[in-house]
Amino acid sequence: MATMPPTPLDRLPPWLLPMLAGAALLLAQPLLTPYLQDLVLRIVVLAVFALSLELLIGTTGLVSLGHAAFYGIGAYATVMLSPADGPGSIVLLLPAAAGCAALYALFVGAFSLRTKGVYFIMVTLAFAQMAYFVFHDTKFGGGTDGIYLNFPPVLGDAAKPLLDGGDKPTLYRLAAGVLIATYALLAMLRRSRFGHALAGIRVNEQRMRAAGFPTTLYKLAAFVIGGALAGVAGFLVAVKDGVVNPELLSWHVSGEVMLVIILGGLGHLRGAVIGAVAFVLLKEALSNPALLGRAADHWQLTLGFTVIVFVALLPQGLIGVLQRTRS
Amino acid sequence: MDLATFAVQCLNAVQYGLLLFLVASGLTLIFGIMGVINLAHGSFYMIGAYMAFALSPLFGQNFILMLLCGTLLAAALGYILEWLFFSYLYQREHLQQVLMTWALILVFEELRSLLVGNDVHGVKAPDWLAGSIPLGDLMTYPVYRLFASAACIAIAIALWFVVQRTRLGMMIRAGASNRDMVRGLGIDITRLYRIVFAGGVALAALAGMIAAPMASVYPGMGGHVLIVSFVVVVIGGIGSIGGALVAALLVGFVDTFGKVFFAEYSGIGIYLLMAIILVWRPEGLTKRGA
Repeated sequence: MATMPPTPLDRLPPWLLPMLAGAALLLAQPLLTPYLQDLVLRIVVLAVFALSLELLIGTTGLVSLGHAAFYGIGAYATVMLSPADGPGSIVLLLPAAAGCAALYALFVGAFSLRTKGVYFIMVTLAFAQMAYFVFHDTKFGGGTDGIYLNFPPVLGDAAKPLLDGGDKPTLYRLAAGVLIATYALLAMLRRSRFGHALAGIRVNEQRMRAAGFPTTLYKLAAFVIGGALAGVAGFLVAVKDGVVNPELLSWHVSGEVMLVIILGGLGHLRGAVIGAVAFVLLKEALSNPALLGRAADHWQLTLGFTVIVFVALLPQGLIGVLQRTRS
Repeated sequence: MDLATFAVQCLNAVQYGLLLFLVASGLTLIFGIMGVINLAHGSFYMIGAYMAFALSPLFGQNFILMLLCGTLLAAALGYILEWLFFSYLYQREHLQQVLMTWALILVFEELRSLLVGNDVHGVKAPDWLAGSIPLGDLMTYPVYRLFASAACIAIAIALWFVVQRTRLGMMIRAGASNRDMVRGLGIDITRLYRIVFAGGVALAALAGMIAAPMASVYPGMGGHVLIVSFVVVVIGGIGSIGGALVAALLVGFVDTFGKVFFAEYSGIGIYLLMAIILVWRPEGLTKRGA
């Protein structure tokens, strides 16, 4: 494929398409119906969450099956740190959610990075399950019912806020902004010396260590950053839904977000976003009775078969299709 | 806690551990030999339980015959599934296989809901296993649970025999320790994979059938078993059947006594155990640290 002449698409600077997509996402808001706005919001939150895991799996090669813990802790932190008598401040709650998730990621990473491969997958799962059962079985976070977020957080004065998280269009713009910022941050990170070191660790950790890189420290840093970003996604989902419950931390959520990035295509930031778009739209389309009639009741069956066909035909994920058509 | 209660809890722990071993032994073989992270393994347990629900009215008192028939059916299912869905995935990345098995879970759950519905069902133990025996002055212990433990022990011994004493077992052990070398030696790896997968499915379904009369049969029952079995496999060391046995019993005891002593935090117990063991021995109990 390298011998192919470059197409016009290849001559564009690599940052142009994501930038246009980001601008379109922000500008589209007034055009969308409330239903579509809600749909896009779901995609945006999942995309932020998927990007945070892409840093671990696609960039660093750390396959974590416990990523929902950081997402859930971010969401719980948002609700539990909100004042009881009025709206909290976004400036405080967003970093707090990221910080709480990062702290737990630091703790989990410090232990689990001793293991490799499948064992790493399972240790991260174990730590996530422990967090899940703390919220599920004890009174700490309201038990199985979870807790409601009574006042959505705001930016600025509570009476005349600059940004009101309870207002749907505002929340849409806030989430879109967070997604764009996350994407930009990770894109810069991947181009930095740190990002190249992470990629080197994914390909051959021993060689990186021999070259003098403290690989465990680099991996721990990536793990904490990934955890913090998952906490940010948790903040968004808590504000969007206005309620948190232990299911946010369950292994199903960890598995689902991993599937999103595999579906999209590992190793590319675009893959995580495309995967999130495809996953939410697929789920929505297959469970829509207007579209599929009675088959919509059994959307899990159709979704399952669709994924099987995807796996069989698209070894590189959805991003592989784009690259193939291009070359 | 008096002696009789303690004895009952010990029996429960052993019985739970042995049942877990049946599921985990198939998982650890598929994992160790084929390198497939099979998320659908819990579904095979569920399929077994529903098979017991469907077959037990047909077989009546011939419970053992039902177990045999169900196991054969499950093995055939595994053989076909491997051929249809897995045989072309071995050259791919592991995560592709994860995606495939996850999709299979969705398919199985929905097929189950279409065929049997979403109600919780009970399966009656046959009359000759229905009673309970006295233990001390006040306690009794159901005969069926003793039968379940005995059946699991018998299967474990049979499994040990197959793996340690037969030619097939020799190939399985070789495959678990070095897959590429086995292929290089000219052993028909396609056939070996298919047999191992079918065997793993049969073991999981058998565990489901044995468990069905003790616990009710309900939607989503595979999910919990799957995660706990993975815990067992990882604690024991991937590909090691002996390790899986030790780990399964360990998990059985920690879970059972965790529920007795720390009811509120009992869910955490086995995961804490796994985290501690893996931090101490990063490749499970059977392998010394890397």
